[in-house]
Amino acid sequence: MVKRVLVLLALLGLAVGARYNLGTPISEELVAQYDLRPAVLPDGRGLPPGEGKVEEGERIYAEKCASCHGARGEGYPFNRLVAEPFPITKDTEPAEFAIGNYWQYATTLYDYIRRAMPFGAAGTLTNEEVYHLVAFLLYMNGIIDAHEPINQKTLPQVKMPARELLELDPETKRRFPWLTLP
Amino acid sequence: MDRRKFFRLLGAGGLFGLLKAKAQTLPWDEDTFAPMKTLGAPLSEYGQRSPFEEGVVRYISPNLRTRHSGADFAPLEKLEGVITPNGLHFERHHGGVPQVDPAKYRLVIHGMVERPLVFTLEDLKRFPSVTRTYFIECAGNGQNGYRNPPDPQLTATRSRGLASNASWTGVPLALLLKEAGVKPEAKWLIPEGMDAAAYTRSLPLEKAMEDVLVAYAQNGEALRPEQGYPVRLVVPGWEGSIQVKWLRRILVTDLPAMAKDETSEYTDVMADGKVWAFTWIMDPESIITYPSGLQQIKPGFHEIRGLAWSGYGRITKVEISFDEGKTWRQATLEPPVERYAFVRFKMPWHWDGKEVVLWSRAWDEKGNTQPTREEFFKKWGRNNRYHYNAIQAWRILPDGRVVNGDRPLGQQAFGPMGGCGGEVFDG
Ligand code: HEC
Repeated sequence: MVKRVLVLLALLGLAVGARYNLGTPISEELVAQYDLRPAVLPDGRGLPPGEGKVEEGERIYAEKCASCHGARGEGYPFNRLVAEPFPITKDTEPAEFAIGNYWQYATTLYDYIRRAMPFGAAGTLTNEEVYHLVAFLLYMNGIIDAHEPINQKTLPQVKMPARELLELDPETKRRFPWLTLP
Repeated sequence: MDRRKFFRLLGAGGLFGLLKAKAQTLPWDEDTFAPMKTLGAPLSEYGQRSPFEEGVVRYISPNLRTRHSGADFAPLEKLEGVITPNGLHFERHHGGVPQVDPAKYRLVIHGMVERPLVFTLEDLKRFPSVTRTYFIECAGNGQNGYRNPPDPQLTATRSRGLASNASWTGVPLALLLKEAGVKPEAKWLIPEGMDAAAYTRSLPLEKAMEDVLVAYAQNGEALRPEQGYPVRLVVPGWEGSIQVKWLRRILVTDLPAMAKDETSEYTDVMADGKVWAFTWIMDPESIITYPSGLQQIKPGFHEIRGLAWSGYGRITKVEISFDEGKTWRQATLEPPVERYAFVRFKMPWHWDGKEVVLWSRAWDEKGNTQPTREEFFKKWGRNNRYHYNAIQAWRILPDGRVVNGDRPLGQQAFGPMGGCGGEVFDG
């Protein structure tokens, strides 16, 4: 056993030592420039400063989103965004899945809208506009009320009803025992 | 006509005369000899398939509302062997196929690392390389199995064609991570694509250190744009959606992103109403490609052919049943039988012209096999969109037509669910 551990350590040492000196080191400033649409983590890391307001979001939504997701987020021609604030059941059809009944993390909304919407013009929204849209969509789904401020601090605290349905695939848990869902 | 008479005629009028006089009785016609009469095409710089094969194409559902987010299917029953030709590898993307200039291409690794690094394509190609054959399968493969009653028009393509198999060449991701020096607190990687969706997922560091490839070649040539040109992740045995294409950066961190495509999509609604996250590993699959849905066969000898694969490793056996699962016979596996790769299975068979239903099921090295439709729905929800791997049945009718042999489950109509937007747009 001790011998095996020693061999393993030696191998690890070799592996750590063996570098190819390929690729160019870059500063954190350059990384930040390259990171056009930073990933937002469930604990709020990656969220920029700023604050969302429901009325502002309503205006931006009508202008930039309604044509694809419906005037009230009912979803035509593309995904439904608005649902009752209750999680789905096993009988809910996937076409009915939306933010209020299926999304498990509020931070995902910020990450995704900044990353990929509006479809075909991704990257054109300001950080502030994204906050407004997130506030509006959470409000429309009955998750927050009209005057709740949405920002770096509050967004990770917003509880999504569908989170209670979410479980880790047992096979994934078996392979990665350390893994838990945020 | 007997042989002597044939040769006499040949001597008298020549073959040509004979062809003219008795065209219907000959098993060929004049055109059979046409290619020998003129020079063929000259050398060409990039070979194209025969124009007669132009009908062998990916299947794109007419129900999609946009072809910029959707999937198309590899035409499995029209292919032989195990390698999916590059132009027929199934596609799935969320914001169209970007055109990336390889000279402008960059990959950045940053976050919880000692040295954030930027790589050019040339840098990546200078690392020690690995070439392996792996399948890639969309989590939504099999989505047509969610339909009830089953679709009578189903083909092997539409049953399991959101899977393909290729020889991938690239650098092990572990080497790039060592180069950057991963900090001890890191547990997760968040890879990102340079497409319009800036597509992201979360991948545990452990898997990356095991066998993930940063691939730049597919079946010997550069990746096809639909497959992530110039660089994609290949994550052996795991769902296709985690194998980020057009890879532009990897954030090394200690939490998963819970990105839209691992929460709103690619999560599974189970029979008990729970939703499973991170259903990464692809369960065993098999599909008989011949004879299969909408084909037509004649009585007599046939070689039953099909494909099998599993995200748990190597396929150990494939069985075929001719009596809806009462008895099973073992098919031959054509070597090499590799881990996380398609294997071709075969069985000689004489069709006596009577109606019969064919089933196939694959077994992998961990002892997993495929459930029946009934068994499948005991675990997975009727309204789920992904990971359908139940046995596919093909029914041979007395007139030789082959149709979907799956039996309805109860009276209630379901589906199609459109996981990955293969058949209907689901975002
Ligand atoms: C041109 C049409 C179009 C416009 C405009 C558009 N979207 Fe989308 N949206 C889509 C499509 C298509 C998808 C699915 C993308 C995919 O497949 O990943 C989508 C997906 C989404 C989703 C994820 C839905 C889910 O449940 O998975 C959200 C949230 C969303 N859009 C929000 C917005 C917002 C906010 C705007 C306005 C800033 C917007 N969209 C504008 C077409 C559009």
